[in-house]
Amino acid sequence: MRLTSFALALGLVGASLAAQAGTVTVLTSFPKELTTAYQKAFEAANPGIKLEILNKNTVASIAYVRELPAGQRPDVMWASAPDAFEVLARNKLLAPAPDTVNPAAPAKIGNYPLNDPQGLYYGQALAGYGMMWNTRYLAAHKLTAPKEWRDLTKPEYFGHVAISSPSRSGTTQLTVETILQGEGWEKGWTLLLEMMGNVAAVTDRSFGVPDGVNNGQYGIGIVIDFFGLAGKYSGFPVDFVYPSMTAVVPANIGLLAGGKNAEEAKKFMRFTMSKEGQQLLFDPKISRLPILPYSQLKAPANYPDPQEVAQRAKVQFDSDLAEARYQVVTGLFDQMVTFRLKELQGSTKAIQAAEAALKAKPNPRGRELVQQARSLTYSPLVSAQNVKDDQFLELFRKSRRDVEVSKQLSGIEQLWADKARQNYARATQLATEARSLAK
Amino acid sequence: MSTSSASGAAAAALPAARPRTSRELGLWLAYGLIAVFLIAFLIVPIGLVIYTAFVDEAGGLTLGHFGNFFEQTIFRESFVNSLIVSLASVAVATVIAVPLAYLTVRFEFRGALLIQTLGVLPLIMPPFVGAVAMQLIFGRSGSVNLLLNEHFGFTIPIMDGLVGVTFVESIHYFPFILLNLVAAMRNIDGAMEESALNLGARGWRLFRRVIFPLAMPGYLAGATLVFVKVFDDLGTPLVMGVTNMLAPQAYLRITSVGLDDPQGYVISVIMIAFSILALWLAALVMKGKDYTTLQKGGSALQKRRLSGWESLLAYGWIGVVLLITLAPHIGILLMSVAKVWSFSVLPDAYTLEHYATVFTDSPQMIENTLLYCGLAAGLDIVIGTAIAYIILRTRLPGRQMLDYLASAALAIPGLVLAIGYLRLFRGVNLPFSDTPMVNTWVLIMLAYAVRRLPYALRSCMAALQQVHVSLEEVAQSLGAGRLSTIRRVVVPLMAGGMLAGFVTSFITAAVELSATILLTSAQSQAPMSYGIYLYMQSISGRGPGAALGVLAVVVVAIGTYLSHRFVERTRATVASSQP
Repeated sequence: MRLTSFALALGLVGASLAAQAGTVTVLTSFPKELTTAYQKAFEAANPGIKLEILNKNTVASIAYVRELPAGQRPDVMWASAPDAFEVLARNKLLAPAPDTVNPAAPAKIGNYPLNDPQGLYYGQALAGYGMMWNTRYLAAHKLTAPKEWRDLTKPEYFGHVAISSPSRSGTTQLTVETILQGEGWEKGWTLLLEMMGNVAAVTDRSFGVPDGVNNGQYGIGIVIDFFGLAGKYSGFPVDFVYPSMTAVVPANIGLLAGGKNAEEAKKFMRFTMSKEGQQLLFDPKISRLPILPYSQLKAPANYPDPQEVAQRAKVQFDSDLAEARYQVVTGLFDQMVTFRLKELQGSTKAIQAAEAALKAKPNPRGRELVQQARSLTYSPLVSAQNVKDDQFLELFRKSRRDVEVSKQLSGIEQLWADKARQNYARATQLATEARSLAK
Repeated sequence: MSTSSASGAAAAALPAARPRTSRELGLWLAYGLIAVFLIAFLIVPIGLVIYTAFVDEAGGLTLGHFGNFFEQTIFRESFVNSLIVSLASVAVATVIAVPLAYLTVRFEFRGALLIQTLGVLPLIMPPFVGAVAMQLIFGRSGSVNLLLNEHFGFTIPIMDGLVGVTFVESIHYFPFILLNLVAAMRNIDGAMEESALNLGARGWRLFRRVIFPLAMPGYLAGATLVFVKVFDDLGTPLVMGVTNMLAPQAYLRITSVGLDDPQGYVISVIMIAFSILALWLAALVMKGKDYTTLQKGGSALQKRRLSGWESLLAYGWIGVVLLITLAPHIGILLMSVAKVWSFSVLPDAYTLEHYATVFTDSPQMIENTLLYCGLAAGLDIVIGTAIAYIILRTRLPGRQMLDYLASAALAIPGLVLAIGYLRLFRGVNLPFSDTPMVNTWVLIMLAYAVRRLPYALRSCMAALQQVHVSLEEVAQSLGAGRLSTIRRVVVPLMAGGMLAGFVTSFITAAVELSATILLTSAQSQAPMSYGIYLYMQSISGRGPGAALGVLAVVVVAIGTYLSHRFVERTRATVASSQP
């Protein structure tokens, strides 16, 4: 009996797949609200074309496209992370579709090109980075909402902040890079590490952060704008702010090479960048920023204007620089923060306690020790000089499949890990000593 | 590499030792089929992915990546952490499961069936929803800690670090022990207990010296599963933000965008090796010990009555345990009817609209889950029973390998298996049609079957270990062939254990996510776990996601309850048909 039902089911599978003409398959990591809204609007405007949404996380999406033979792949890739599109482009899995671009959209947003310079993927919506917080959580812990990144370094926020790891989340990588470019390498890392000392968790998914802030697990999250805005408009007690040091970057859409239905797929891409498609972004459950100027759309009152945010932003974001040192930045972050969070929290706590004690009872020797502890804890393990060295960067771009390369890279990572651990331990010691001096 | 060459290799291996009698032929056939299945759907696909661990840039063989691995302290640290957490989880899970099993099997207990069914629910922790619910109940700002803080001014950081991982793992996986132990205890010959009683063993001594040792195969099967599962588990440490363990380290390295790091696969290989080592050690403990009993069904352990205060204590203990282990499910239930639940002990307001959303959106998903998981678990039971029989009742060469091969699946990240499938079945069409394999749900079902086979296998092995071989010899000397002996004697006697295996395979397949995400190629073939994932990707989707999670739990729980009922009924008829 099991066999017959199996055979029957196989037959059904075959039948359901037969009707493929007029179907556009879209591979995306976007939430259901967004894809459903576009699916409904597009199918209504284009009777006869069916939209099939395949939702996979970025890693699964890339693996899926890469493993399928040409002709069986989905038609459109639609996602936030620019690094995913970079990988697809490098593997020749994207096809140009320049005719789908809306000419009414600006070429640049702030200093960031809206579309891929190679013309393989295009900006479809915009996103800026900032901080979201849970108002109930902050009230219960008697905290005020932060406004700038630097606020997050204050001792009162210790253990209340969350971020996702830049090696896991393309959006966080851009945030980290924005801070590094805005402040310069050394100062940028110091600011970043001071913030990270206050962090309660480094999540492996971007969505883990807004999720945790929404349910009150964390007080403050470092997130992309629509995570904060969508939570707020869905009724959660959360709010969002753009710090002045932010970058506005596009979420992208691209035509996959070797899809089944390129012509109609282009129709869909054109639709997402058209006036009607852009207007959909204002839906409170979606809450993303459009690429078209507000003069052409009906924006809700008080809705953030990306052009205005980008203008206000102090950073001139250099995407080539970000790309060149991607592996170094994410690797260093993982070794100094993600994998060593407990130690970093420990020394941060000790430093904050010592500073509080010294404030009540100043002591010059203590002051000096704390200064040393700070410099041990909050200095990057790669110098600004090193990160400009092409040879050094080149090593990180080489394939880890080469045992020698892998050995060298493991050696460097091991060095960072050891050094970070030693520094945090020494700093904790120094800070504790400083604190005892102030007693 | 394709299926045909894999089956060819297995076929070539077959004639090496010629079957002596026609009776043996069937065995060899079963052996060959299982080997082909494991090679085609487990070994080859995985090999296609993790061979990266053994080759260098040019494709030459090397062990250099392993050398690099052991030089890094983070990995050594991860290894030790994984080991500690696994052992601690086994200990805590034992403390939870053993009293539950003992009390409900050995004593007259109202609601024993209900307790055993509820005791299985923790295994059905729907992806993401389960984690969020745990945080809402036990997390930093969860209900428990908010209440504690309000009334007593302190909080318990039970969800932090390795302690948190151990806590979640043990309340998630203790049913492995419970299920197998209950099945084993039911199989104990009542005469053994009576003899012990006659000789003066009572209470704790009776349990420690007689009952528990006799149920050892079941306990060990469960405990080994808990150990290996926790050792290889990825989801829990990731959700709790603990990265210094082996599975997360492997995962983070395999799935970083654009970073193809062989070290990730090195970790996978090490995890496989270690899981097999654990199974081997468990087998070593069992070796040379006889756990079989001759009498079955008719006179199982006698149920005893508990005195007043004893039953109060027993019910109290069970109540507390169930409350803690079912807290996530209570959390999911609350989430599914909550409008907004944030930093408060209970949700602000309630609604049923999430269920309406789910019912209009995804009835197809429920159907798909039942179909895929039913088929997968069925397949697992057939294969599991066959492997158990071949290992325990025959002397075929290399039979132990089947066990180790099948169990390697425990240590394989779902993503790795799924990529292997896409690679292996690329360009292969479904038999008798021109539909590509990769576009069908067949691969999803096979992935479930392969990934959950170790669960079914452990249960089947434990069940067969308790069946005395002379029962089969009797049947055979009465003229029954091997096949009819298996069908009429072995399988009925193993039924309880097989069912435990079916249930574990089924319910854990129902919440499988990582392979599901990659292998789903159309919305119409998506199972419930995919739907839950989809909803849980957005803030406004949390309610519907939880509602779908509740449905998943209910569907699976009904299935579990019915199968328990089924076993009770068959046991009852067996008992009544015996004088």
